[in-house]
Parts: sequence; structure tokens; C-alpha cells
Amino acid sequence: MARREVRLAYTMLAPTFLIVLAIVLWPLLANFWISIKPVQLGDLRPATLVVNERLRGDLTAPGDAATIEFRLRNSSRDDPIRNATVTDTLPAGLVVTGSDDRCTLTGQTLACDLGEVEGGFRDRIRIEVEATQQYFDAGEVVKDTKAVTTGTAENVLTSFEFSLENFQRVFESPEFWHVLRVSFYYTIFGTVGALVLGLFGAQLLNTVFPGRGILRGLFLFPYVAPVIAVAFTWVVLLDPFSGTLNSILQQMGMISGPINFFGQRSVELSLFGLTINFPVALTTVIIFEAWRYFPLAFLFILARMQSISTDMYEAAEIDGATPLQQFWYISLPQLVGILAVLFLLRFIWTFNKFDDIFLLTGGAAGTRTLTVDVYEQAFALSNLGAGAAVAVIVFVVLLLFSILFFKFSPKDEG
Amino acid sequence: MRIGIGFLASVVTGAIWGLVWMIVLAVGFMLVSGQITKPPVGIALIAGAVGAGLVGLIEPGMRRPGTHIATVGLMIIVLGGLTAGRPLGLPLEVAPIYQLVTLGMFLAVVWASIHICMKGLSGGKLTRYQLEVLFIRVLKGLGFVIFTVAVALPFYVMVMTSLKSQQSLLANPLDFSLDLNQGFSSLFRSYIELFTQFNFGTFLLNSAIVSVSTVVLTLLFAIPGAYAVSRLRFPGQAFLSRSILLIYMVPAIVLVIPLYAVFSQLGLRNTLTGLLIVYPATTIPVALYMLQGYFRGLPAELEEAGLMDGLTRVGVILKITLPLSLPALASVALYVFMIAWNEFLFAFMFLDNVDIFTLSRGVVSLNSSEVPRQHLMAGAVVATVPVLMIFLWFERFLVSGLTAGSVKG
Repeated sequence: MARREVRLAYTMLAPTFLIVLAIVLWPLLANFWISIKPVQLGDLRPATLVVNERLRGDLTAPGDAATIEFRLRNSSRDDPIRNATVTDTLPAGLVVTGSDDRCTLTGQTLACDLGEVEGGFRDRIRIEVEATQQYFDAGEVVKDTKAVTTGTAENVLTSFEFSLENFQRVFESPEFWHVLRVSFYYTIFGTVGALVLGLFGAQLLNTVFPGRGILRGLFLFPYVAPVIAVAFTWVVLLDPFSGTLNSILQQMGMISGPINFFGQRSVELSLFGLTINFPVALTTVIIFEAWRYFPLAFLFILARMQSISTDMYEAAEIDGATPLQQFWYISLPQLVGILAVLFLLRFIWTFNKFDDIFLLTGGAAGTRTLTVDVYEQAFALSNLGAGAAVAVIVFVVLLLFSILFFKFSPKDEG
Repeated sequence: MRIGIGFLASVVTGAIWGLVWMIVLAVGFMLVSGQITKPPVGIALIAGAVGAGLVGLIEPGMRRPGTHIATVGLMIIVLGGLTAGRPLGLPLEVAPIYQLVTLGMFLAVVWASIHICMKGLSGGKLTRYQLEVLFIRVLKGLGFVIFTVAVALPFYVMVMTSLKSQQSLLANPLDFSLDLNQGFSSLFRSYIELFTQFNFGTFLLNSAIVSVSTVVLTLLFAIPGAYAVSRLRFPGQAFLSRSILLIYMVPAIVLVIPLYAVFSQLGLRNTLTGLLIVYPATTIPVALYMLQGYFRGLPAELEEAGLMDGLTRVGVILKITLPLSLPALASVALYVFMIAWNEFLFAFMFLDNVDIFTLSRGVVSLNSSEVPRQHLMAGAVVATVPVLMIFLWFERFLVSGLTAGSVKG
């Protein structure tokens, strides 16, 4: 019975296990593999022999001679192709009068063996032919049958060629440490902002009043709406020329000229005689992050607050505790557990976040985080290996954070 | 009565509300009417302070309808007098109906805010407890206003921009007034063009197919898995039930390069099938986690009774467990649907053919300088409305399922 149960359990879990293995765990390992290989985006298409067939000369009457020309090219500049061949079927009625010594003719089938061709290889094969009456009767032309090429090329992805060049490039780039710092600013302030807003929002809706359900639904909108919709809306709303927010601020006399919220890297502020470079675009992106994800924190905190027994507040009330004391000494200690869990989850998810910054600024104006850098390296600069190397760094940082968190987090979070 | 700290607190409260409501309502006035103004926020602040001062002078028990009329009257006099008859910074002849409505709302909400904040509080000496009550009332009120505006404004701008033209918005970015006389096809021109020229009908269909299929596939995989983890005993059960959520923490950006490489070689990259492999794989762990939490909460006796009566395990799941967990299934389905509908990264990386674009991918293709902004916003509305409708419909399931089933604080 117990063994049957075990077998049943494994059967029920097998599909999940397989798909997670194939789509999550395997790519995770593959990413490490790619990161130590010199792979470019172009290498995904393996080198192939490209053939272009054309007829030189006119065949208008029986006895006319012409040349069939095969132009051959290796699609890759660097990688050789082994066992390269070209085969083609000539139209009936064409008699071959002069051939290439790499080619053999069996019936009307022409087969050429090119052996190994180098990267950047270009060549022509010329076959001289003469037309007979049968050619005109059949009405076929040379292009009717496509020339077929074969050949095997080494795929960088599966070879055993390794290098640490990708990591070297990443660490030596002067931008890397800036990108890392920006990632941490974005993650920490975005997470804390979302949690603080969520805590505040939960306090607002923790009392019963008419319209509470509507407000709760409304507060969840930013989280539910697609990221493309809200990100582009913010871009339109904060546009320096036709943006509504800049107009409002100007009408209220709060700013003298429009602010390019997503385009300006930093602005000099003097505060008490200190001049600081205030990062405008980064702050805007962080505010967006807090705005978009506060609903999640809000939802969980509200649920937790509603499960706190009212007895404690009544007792505190009798003892003369003020509202702020009640919040500080009763609510907050009860919420520490959920806040810690939310901090962990949001920290990891924010650190992983790619869409938001990519859509808002594309990583410009000092807002490039590690995840955006992965995309930049792998797809904008077409260097898959370097992108994978940055992705490895993302993963390692996450792992380190998780270990640290579990080591030092409060133990009683349920 | 003696005038104490309460009076000062009352005046400050009134000043805050005068200022805040003038800003909010004047911006609302500008957006709706299309008139530009520099609202007299300073004078509104004084008007609120004066009105609240009067309330503070009268003991809570003595506030009669006359007090309220006097408060509002005092605010009208201050606002009208100090602005020389231009209470919104505009002559009253300009858009008079909008101005009157705005002013009426201003007086009503400022009065109500002061009244609610000062309820039971006198202008005399206040205890620390009472001061904190007032402080929290003001803070909560501000919270309501700021949260509501911060959430609603972007969505309002999204919808209204999609109905305006780019030229008129460049001329006056605050003018969201709609000319309702221009006729249906002119008002909704950007939507009509999206569906006739930009293939948005296809995108909508693709998104629907992908999202619904993802939900079905995810549930097909996750239900047996969750049942096994929560009910059956096998080596590794405890480990699985705790670690399954870790899968959900793996960054999508780390997966995208290997998947891109392999799917390119397999010819799966530029297909919806490719997405239908990736999406369920990323949602199954979280669905499994949420469901197993719920299954665990169901009484095991019911299932044991079913087994006794000769049902097989499969029969028990189909006839007992699933009907009992409909709310959880609904919340998981909704959550997975939202993830699949909103997913951007893989859709962006995988899809090249316009015929198989999902909405996420389609809206991104509108983000170019050649496509006017109202089309981009109309695309955003088209992508948002279905998921918001479904969300509002099933909200209570999602809220209870998310908070009860998954993370326990």
C-alpha cells in the first residue's frame, strides 16, 4: 500500500518535474555553460553552404551551348564546414560537355564533393552544357530544380572550447560597478518603497466604511494591469513636452521648467550648503516600482492586520495607550513576520525585474540594472556569452542574498 | 471657553485641507474643462484655516447646522474676497458651470474634511491621545486623497489620451475635455485604426489563446502535483512542499538566453507553441504551491470516506477534492491568467511575426515615433481592459486565495 502510494505520488509529480527540469533547471545550468563560451548571437545559426544557381548564355535552339554556374559561399566568416556537397538535377535534354573535376554526373544528377571548406569560402562551379531538341520539348529550365547543399559545421554551443573572456570583459568594463550599484539602489529603495506604501495603504483600509471594497479594488489596479500599459502610460504622463504631470507642476508653480523625468541622469541640488547629484531618472524608476508593486504588499499586510485579535487593542485602549503607541507596540510587532517575508519576496523579484526599466528608459540615463545589462550584452551587442556571464552574476547575487536573509531573518515567521 | 492647542491644531488642519483640495480639484477642473488656470492655492489655504478656526472655537457638542453654514459662508467670503471674485484664478464667465461645480465641491469637501477631523475635539486643551487621533485622521485623509489620485490619474490619462489627438495634447497637455459632438467614429478613431490597420484583433485573439491555454495546462500539471505533495506520503515530500516556491525565484532573464538559443535551433522560437511551453513551466510552481496549501486545509476524513466507499484516488480527486477547492482553483486560474496575459519578456524575445504577436508584443511595436501617442495609449487600454474586467469579476477569489493559500504571515 505504502509503495503504491509512493509510486502514485511520483507519477502525479512527474509531469511537473519534467517541465520544470526542462524549462527552468536545465536553462539555469545551460546559462553557466554559455557564460564560459565565446558565443555570438550569430552563432545560433550554424555555418551553412549557400548556393546560388544561374544560367549564363542563351539557349534558343538545339545545339546552343551555355554554362550553368553555381556560386557557393560559406555563410560563416570563421567556421569551416566539413563534408560539403552540392547536388542538383539538370533539366532533361541538356548534355554536359565540360564539367568541374569535383563533380560527378550520374544520369542527369550532378553531385559535387567539396571536402572541407574554410570560413569565408567563396567559389564557383561551372558546368558547360549543350541543349538538344528534348530540352525544348520538355520545357524545363535550370532553375526548376533547386541545388541542395549538405555539410556539417562545428557548433560553438556544443564544442568543448571554453574561455573566461566573457567574465573578464564584464568585470573590466568601467560601467559594471555602476550597473551593480544602480541595481542595488533600485532593488532596495523599490522594495522598501513598495512595503511602506503597502503598510500605509493597509492602515487606510483597515476600518470599515462605505466604498471600501471599491477602493481596495482600485488600489490593486497598478499590480493587475499589464506592465506595458502602465509603463507607457507613465512615459506619456511624464513626457517633458506633452506630459500632463509637468504641466500640472508648472501650473502650480512648483517647477519653473519641464523636467525630463526619464531622460535626465542627475540634477545638482544644494541642501544645507551640500551639493549632491540627485539621480532623476533612477528615482523616477524607483517610484514607478513602488507604485506598481505596493498593491501586493498592501494585500498581504491588510489580510494579516485583519487577523489580529481586537482584544489587544481594547486592552491597550483601557490602559490609555495612544493610537500611535498602539500601532507601534501592537500592530507592528504582529506584522514583522509578514513584512520580512514580503521584503524577501519583493527584494528577489525586484532584483530580477527586467520589463519595467527596459520599457521606461531602456536602461538609459543611469538606470541600467544588471538584468537590463543582460539584454544589452546578449541581444543589443549580440554577445550571448557576455550576456550569460552577467546573468550568472545576477543569479549568484540572488543566491548570496537568500542565504544571508535566511541566516539573519527572524525565525518565527510561520 | 479657553483657546488652547486644539485651536491651533484645528487651524493647521483646515489649512492643509484647503491647500490639498484646491490643488486636487483645480487640476480636476483643468483636466475636465480644458481651461488653464493658476489656482490660488495660498488663498485656499487661508480659507480652510479660517473655516476650521471657526469650528475650533465652538465646542463639539455645540456645533449646530448654523455652525456649518457659518463655516462654509466664511470660506466663501475669504476665497471670494481675497481672490477679487476669481476663486479659481479665472473670471467666473469662463466655463461657469465647471467652475461652479468645482467650487461647490471644494466647499463641501473642505467642510466635510474639517468636520470629520475635528469630530469630538474642542479648540481648548487637548490630551496627547486626542492630538494623536487628530493627527491620524489628517494623515489617513491625506493618504486616501494621495493614493486615489496616484492610482487613478495614470489610468485616467491612459484612457483620455487614447481619445485625443497628438496635436491637441502637444498644444495643451492638460486639456482632456472631450468633444462629444464629433461622432463615434471620430472619437474612437485610434481604436478603429488599431483593429483595422494594426492587427489588434489578431493580437487580442492570440493573447486570449495563450493565456487560457496556459491556465488549462498549468492546472492540468499542478493539480495532481499539489495533491501528491499535500496528501500522499513519499520520500522527499517535505522537501518538495517547501522548496517548490524557490523555482519561482529564478530570474526569467537568466532563463531567456539558453531558451532563446535552444528554441531557435528547434524552430520553436517564433511560435505560440514556444510560449505555451515556457509560460506553464514558470507558473506551475506557484500554482502548485498555492493549491497544496489549500488542499492541506481540506479535511482528510472526507477523502478517506471516499476511498472506503471504493473510489480510486483519481475518483477521490475528481469527485471530492476538486469540487471542494473551487475557490482556490478560481484564484489560481485568475492569477495564472494575469501572469500569462501580462507577460512581456518572453513574448518580446520570441515573437517576430506580426501574425502571432500577443498584446504585450503588439503594444511595444506601437512605441515608435511614427505611430501617434493616442494609438499607443489605445493599445494600452485594449491590453488592460480585459484583464481588469476579469480581475474585478473574480477579485474576492484572488484576494482570499492569494492571502490564505500561499504565504502565511
